[in-house]
Amino acid sequence: MSLLWMTVVTALRALRRNVLRSTLTMLGVIIGVAAVLTMVSIGRGANAAVQRQIQSLGNNLLMIIPGATTANGVHSGSGAAMSLTMADATAITKECPAVADVAWAKRQVVQVVYGNQNWATAAHGVPPSYLSLREWALSAGRSFDQRDDAGANAVAVLGQTVVDQLFEPGEDPIGATIRVKNVPFTVIGVLARKGQTAWGQDQDDVVLMPFLTAERRVLGTKILGTVDMIVVSTTAADALPKVEEQVSRLLHERHRIPPGQDDDFTVRDLNEIAEASKKAREVMTNLLLSVASVSLLVGGIGIMNIMLVSVTERTREIGVRLAVGARTGHILLQFLVEATALSLVGGAAGLLLGIAATRLIAYLAAWPTLLSVPAAAGAFLVAGAVGIFFGFYPARRAAQLDPIAALRYE
Amino acid sequence: MRPLIHLRNVWKVYHLGDVEVRALRGVSLDVRAGEFLAIVGASGSGKSTCMNLIGCLDQPTRGIYRLGDADVSTLSVNERAAIRSRRIGFVFQNFNLLGRSTALENVALPMIYADVPFAEQRRRARELLAAVGLGAREQHMPSQLSGGQQQRVAIARALANGPSLLLADEPTGNLDTESSTEIMELFLRLRRERRLTIVVVTHEPHIADYTERIVTFRDGRIVSDEPQAPSRHATQAVRA
Repeated sequence: MSLLWMTVVTALRALRRNVLRSTLTMLGVIIGVAAVLTMVSIGRGANAAVQRQIQSLGNNLLMIIPGATTANGVHSGSGAAMSLTMADATAITKECPAVADVAWAKRQVVQVVYGNQNWATAAHGVPPSYLSLREWALSAGRSFDQRDDAGANAVAVLGQTVVDQLFEPGEDPIGATIRVKNVPFTVIGVLARKGQTAWGQDQDDVVLMPFLTAERRVLGTKILGTVDMIVVSTTAADALPKVEEQVSRLLHERHRIPPGQDDDFTVRDLNEIAEASKKAREVMTNLLLSVASVSLLVGGIGIMNIMLVSVTERTREIGVRLAVGARTGHILLQFLVEATALSLVGGAAGLLLGIAATRLIAYLAAWPTLLSVPAAAGAFLVAGAVGIFFGFYPARRAAQLDPIAALRYE
Repeated sequence: MRPLIHLRNVWKVYHLGDVEVRALRGVSLDVRAGEFLAIVGASGSGKSTCMNLIGCLDQPTRGIYRLGDADVSTLSVNERAAIRSRRIGFVFQNFNLLGRSTALENVALPMIYADVPFAEQRRRARELLAAVGLGAREQHMPSQLSGGQQQRVAIARALANGPSLLLADEPTGNLDTESSTEIMELFLRLRRERRLTIVVVTHEPHIADYTERIVTFRDGRIVSDEPQAPSRHATQAVRA
């Protein structure tokens, strides 16, 4: 114990003896650790933001939209055809066991007027189950229910963006009458803010109304019962591929699509879209991480270099220590501890610099960042390991010095 | 009684490039415990090489070296380090103190490697500094001490683990006459108090005069080995 303590004290003294040299030696490790910590913080911040966007869509959802991306080799915009119906949706509920819940929507961009304010927004005709499926809470009022839907009542639930555009700040929209495509609607609820999707769409710029109301009184339709979108939820994330397969098979049957012919619908896994963007960020983060690791490596070589110089400078001291009874292990330990102290002090400084850099980036670039304790601990430990690894060769050289030659060294 | 140091037909041969240097050519020497011995000779005569062998810093190329009951010529590097740690104290011409450590820390250094507990290290180091007359200089750095004082710190360090053998290589080579006298008197006193065996390498006759036996080296061989009455006039000779 006293030996190790003395060794550490000796090591710190040796470092303090030449502050400038020690600092320059540590610079590589400092920058490496700081870079690793900053990269991980930015990466984690971005991932957390993506995670929040996934959550805002609703968990474990599949979206089915009409029209294929290609039909007989001709590319057509998805959603162009009117091939999906409410009947498809109810069939999915009945026939696909892995499906938890189903909702559907009819969409159109409409002009909404209140008093002398007007705003172009997306009107969605949806069943009452839509809100629970999207895990969308209300910030005020109530949602419409089965009776509103059955009676095609002119009631609407507004997204926060629409409220902001139509109403004065502080004005209560509940109970107000707005006109959607000139049809008067009573506002019965306001949706909680959800923010943007992963692909940058404002989810709060929306007016929700009962499906039948939309179909019969506002949006109109060529064929009754057609929908622009079916949303399916599953019980668990790992059931998504199974549900996708079940839904596809069912719709093939119902739409009488022979094998080999293009689908007239597209199934989208919303998690997948978010995952893809998360993966892209991960690739970027890993790339930057490997650059940062190179800095750690270079820092280690710097430590090795300066330790070799130190061993040469202190040859006589090593000779004295050997003469008074130090074994090779004692000398090895002393120089290893010195190299490790260099890298650990550098690592600690790197952590402080990394935290400062992370804060600065969060402040200046307004990027979401998230400090990670495991990453900080990991970077610190890697720095220590770099010290041990690159300190070993100089330490072994010191330990293997011949005491007589070392004592005579000038 | 078995001698403490037993050298029999010891050879030491170096290779400097293609040149073969025979530093020792068949040296035989016995030193009993408690003897005070001087090794003299011109530089290059092999006296320092012999000292390094006796101090277990080196191993003979040929021949037998026994220190007490240990056959040094068969020991590993770390076994020899252990012997240096417990049984041998070194005093050098240029003191060889650690420049950034206090007198007390310098004296404690050998005890660190002998696994002496920290409190005991401090206690013994203080005691030894007091014994060499530097009780008031514990926290001084070597650079704040005179040459004679530095050499006394080095002697205290050599005694740290209570060795039976003290090896001094030109201990007064860098000192003025007065300090030299003090150091030699200190050797005499320590030998008496601690029953030490002391071997001094020197080329100064008046230093050798303090000892009881003078071994002369020339060209890697012992050319004379004569007892002498430790002269009282040595002190006067130095002072004169």
